[in-house]
Amino acid sequence: MDNLAILAQAPVFNLQLLVDGVLIGALFALAAFGMALVWGVLRIINIAQGEFVMLGGYVVVYAAAAGVPPLAAVPLAALALYVLGWLLYRAVIWRVVDQDLFVSVLATFGLSILLQQLANQLFGANVRSVDPGLGTLLLVEGSISVPYVKLVAFAASLALGVALVLFLKRSRLGQAIRATSQNARAARIVGVDTDRVFASTFALNAAICGAAGALVSMTWVIHPYFGLAYTVRAFMIVVVSGLGNLAGIVAWGAGLGVAEQYAGFLLGAQFQTAFVFGLLVVILVARQLALHRRRMVLR
Amino acid sequence: MHVQRNASRSLMVAGLCAAAAMAASAVQAQEDTITLGAAVSITGKYSTNGKNTLDGYQMAVKRINEMGGVKVGTTTYKLAIKYYDDESTSARGAQLMERLIAQDHVAFVLGPYSSGLTKAIAPVTEKYRIPMVEGNGADRDLFTQGYHYLFAVLNTSDYYLREAVNLLAEQAERIGKKPSDLRIAIAIENDNFSLDVRNGVMEDAAKHGMKVVIDDKLPPELNDMSSTLTKVKALRPDMLVVSGHDKGATLAVRQTSDQKVHVPMLALTHCDSAQVAEKLGAAAEYAVCASQWDRSLNYSDRWFGSANDYAQRFEKEFGYAAPYQSAESTASVLVYADALARAGSVDPQKVRDAIAKTDLMTFYGPVKFDDTGKNIAKSMVLYQVQGGAYKVVAPSRWAQSRLVFPAPRWEERESAKRN
Repeated sequence: MDNLAILAQAPVFNLQLLVDGVLIGALFALAAFGMALVWGVLRIINIAQGEFVMLGGYVVVYAAAAGVPPLAAVPLAALALYVLGWLLYRAVIWRVVDQDLFVSVLATFGLSILLQQLANQLFGANVRSVDPGLGTLLLVEGSISVPYVKLVAFAASLALGVALVLFLKRSRLGQAIRATSQNARAARIVGVDTDRVFASTFALNAAICGAAGALVSMTWVIHPYFGLAYTVRAFMIVVVSGLGNLAGIVAWGAGLGVAEQYAGFLLGAQFQTAFVFGLLVVILVARQLALHRRRMVLR
Repeated sequence: MHVQRNASRSLMVAGLCAAAAMAASAVQAQEDTITLGAAVSITGKYSTNGKNTLDGYQMAVKRINEMGGVKVGTTTYKLAIKYYDDESTSARGAQLMERLIAQDHVAFVLGPYSSGLTKAIAPVTEKYRIPMVEGNGADRDLFTQGYHYLFAVLNTSDYYLREAVNLLAEQAERIGKKPSDLRIAIAIENDNFSLDVRNGVMEDAAKHGMKVVIDDKLPPELNDMSSTLTKVKALRPDMLVVSGHDKGATLAVRQTSDQKVHVPMLALTHCDSAQVAEKLGAAAEYAVCASQWDRSLNYSDRWFGSANDYAQRFEKEFGYAAPYQSAESTASVLVYADALARAGSVDPQKVRDAIAKTDLMTFYGPVKFDDTGKNIAKSMVLYQVQGGAYKVVAPSRWAQSRLVFPAPRWEERESAKRN
């Protein structure tokens, strides 16, 4: 409760928590966009989501070591992961598209372990991070500090989100993706090459995660084993906000980020993640109860 | 024709003789080698430190063999290492140890990397009554179980940052502050090692009457500690203690600098293996780091010479600067070399008793075990990152440099850079 007293006495720190929460939430939302896309179109829950984020981070680490400015390496990471996503679809994912959900969970879980271990072998278990050298924005006499790179990451993830929406609405492939997600068989009948749509969607998801990972490597630190945190948070955001609800994903991403920051501040970092998952259970139960009540009315 | 057959027969005989001789020499070579078994983390989350551990073992074995091996009684033995990859998981470590002892008939064991794995393996070596000398399991709990065959050359983990608390008290008195007015923030990873580090800090802080104002435990997969740092900013403690292997050190340095969080003293573990000064540059400046060993210490032995000689030899062999994880692994092998010679036997029981009586000076520091098997002769060192290099600042006996305390504020550092 001492920590609550701090917030009451110095409300400025509320702002710091809010800002930190919203900024990291945008990155969670980015990974969740991709997950929702794959889930909606391929009917696959991709457990390797976090590993794509992790690999995107490593692209930036190595690009920066080769002299590429870190920010310029973000599209590079997206491109590299697009190619990887495409290859993984052609090698593994297409085999599980029409299968039971459980099969796809197992397959992508296997991929996730494989990618972690490969990353560990290739890049080493060392913690890496790239300093983009952008400096820090200080507000309210230094009480609030926001590294500029977090703002850049936030802006970039919003821009990516908007671009994704426009792409799905306007472009030919985007329309095909939406058609396939509505009814794959009907799409096939009207001439959509659904296999290609599936491959593009999976690759697109990997690219989005790659971009998110690129931003993570500049803002926080990366190592081969942090992926799971992103998979689980993406999963949670998608479960709570529903498929095909991009605005909801952004809102829940930011909400999740803020909730985590407050939990970490008030209860201690050991309860940060536990609190969030406790919250997930509460939300799901509450929603279940609400649905139940509605069903009673209909009956 | 007859002559030809005879010739071919004698050729065959000669061939058989040669084969027999080769087989005999192979048996001979096997008899003259003592194999030390180990499970080390080549893959998984400890793979970096696991490699450091293995390299340390190999370094020692290579050097001892170069110098002619170990004389046990009248026979001179070469040393060899047999190791398996434990994948950084405890269950696998214990399984592999069973295999090393029961199937490969290894009679002497070296430790794995990390306290967790050592904890998993120790019951196995106890069961088979095989000695284990280790340099990478620092958990205090390991030495309260009544283990009879476990020996550690390193300081237990609760000692890592006790010295930092004492240093803080000393510095506070120098600038006219009472130690009991000081406040400490602790943020550690939720694992055995770091919890011990925390307990050591808590105990010594209580001794000085200091107050612990933050006591956060970071989950192992976390790569963001900004909520803890916001608390630090609000409460302004005199020292922030962070422990969480390489990840914790990197994260703390990166985020205190990014978020411009000022603490008069930032005390860390694992700075050198995380290479914070090399990789994070100015952000790491003034961080205080605990270490088991440093190349500038004036210890020396008959195998490697001084600590610095060891470091040079290691760097030449493996192409990277020797971290303390490697040094303590090398020292574990040296303990075996010394004990085997004194025991005059390769019987595990006799060697175990000889290890218990060890009183050895190594490049890594003095080694002498108490009844529980931990090394009581050596102390920890503290570095401070100064000008991009790790400078020993405590204990004062070996200090190269004076501690900069309090560390300058971030805005002062920036304006100093501009001038």
